[in-house]
Amino acid sequence: MSDYYESEDLKNFSDIGKDAPELAEKFFNYYGSVFAEGELTAREKALIGLAVSHTVQCPYCIEAYTKSCLEKGSNLAEMTEAVHVVNAIRGGASLVHGIQMRKLAEKVSL
Amino acid sequence: MKPIKNRAPELEGLSRFADTLEKQNLLLKRDETTTLQINLGLLCDLACRHCHLSAGPHRTEIMDWPTMQQVIAYAERVHFKTIDITGGAPELVPDLPELIRALAPLTQRLMLRTNLTALYQPDKSHLLELFREHRVILIASFPSTNSGQLEAQRGTGVMDSSLEMLKQLNRLGYGIEGSGLELHLVANPSGAFMPAEQEQAERKFKQDLARKWGLSFNQLYLFANAPLGRFLGWLSQSGNLHDYMEKLVGGFNPCTVDGLMCRSLVSIAWDGILYDCDFNLAADLPLNGKRTHVSELKGLPEKEQAIVVGEHCYACTAGSGFT
Repeated sequence: MSDYYESEDLKNFSDIGKDAPELAEKFFNYYGSVFAEGELTAREKALIGLAVSHTVQCPYCIEAYTKSCLEKGSNLAEMTEAVHVVNAIRGGASLVHGIQMRKLAEKVSL
Repeated sequence: MKPIKNRAPELEGLSRFADTLEKQNLLLKRDETTTLQINLGLLCDLACRHCHLSAGPHRTEIMDWPTMQQVIAYAERVHFKTIDITGGAPELVPDLPELIRALAPLTQRLMLRTNLTALYQPDKSHLLELFREHRVILIASFPSTNSGQLEAQRGTGVMDSSLEMLKQLNRLGYGIEGSGLELHLVANPSGAFMPAEQEQAERKFKQDLARKWGLSFNQLYLFANAPLGRFLGWLSQSGNLHDYMEKLVGGFNPCTVDGLMCRSLVSIAWDGILYDCDFNLAADLPLNGKRTHVSELKGLPEKEQAIVVGEHCYACTAGSGFT
């Protein structure tokens, strides 16, 4: 199989409801409500979506939220900063585990 | 009214605009015409990549004084609530001051579209006083508060000169609450994507401009880029044409048709020829399908007259529309 992650697949996302329509309907309704304007603006939510897309490293999500961010009025500087937030937290999460490493190493070291 | 034009191969499989109207039982006909738009020509100091008219510094088409006199005579024969002067860069047309002096008493709202940089040139400073004296409403292009995006669309160095010009306009009172001098901004997306929701984007532009540069303006208008001229060329060359048109076609909103600007506007080109709108001017689709000169028109274009349409019309009917 050579067609993993084809951009065209995103357009067919709703096909996921073909054999489980009720679950799909609940999911898509919930999804729509989550991204509607609320205490956070739709633009802010799209920026969070973009950051999470990079965290889960989903190419479909990255495509969808890149376009969504642009169409909701975010600019490239803001979008790039959002990805740096992802990077900082991911990097920080690795680094903070270094404390565990140091604790274990110090326990068994002279 | 359907024009006979060849379609780009990238548009294969997408419904024609005229067919979409027909399928939805919609008629695009002229209502009462209340706005006169005057395009003074294609000469511009910038060559923006989204420009539907392919305007630029090397273009020579500008309105001459005899044609301006015929336009003024038309505005005297027929009353327009709004007169909207556009280009190119109107500031570069030599007889602009005379045109403004003649038109200002004839309408309630005299508007002028500025790209800010043409007005920023030192030899144009006299225009500022003229605009203020005649309460000309300024509609300034300012596509993004992000320098990279703005300059990708409009050219290197344009951000600084635009900000400087906005500062000068604010100092004169333009865009300042209570001054009576209106300064509105227009933002087109800097690429093959749809514009943001207007109210939210206006809030963000106001915050950004005030916070970063201490600037203010009245309202922000956001419009989708029309697939014409230089922007159409870029869409095609960059491989974005099909997807962009698919997005516009998919975003067709029947509720926009009633309020489309072409129903209440007549556009005059630099050579005096009449069009339903500035996009039809760019597409060379004249009013009523035939070239009519402003001097031939006795009154307003007739109500119920069919508007000439093309595929670019989808840019005005997608989402919340272009009214």
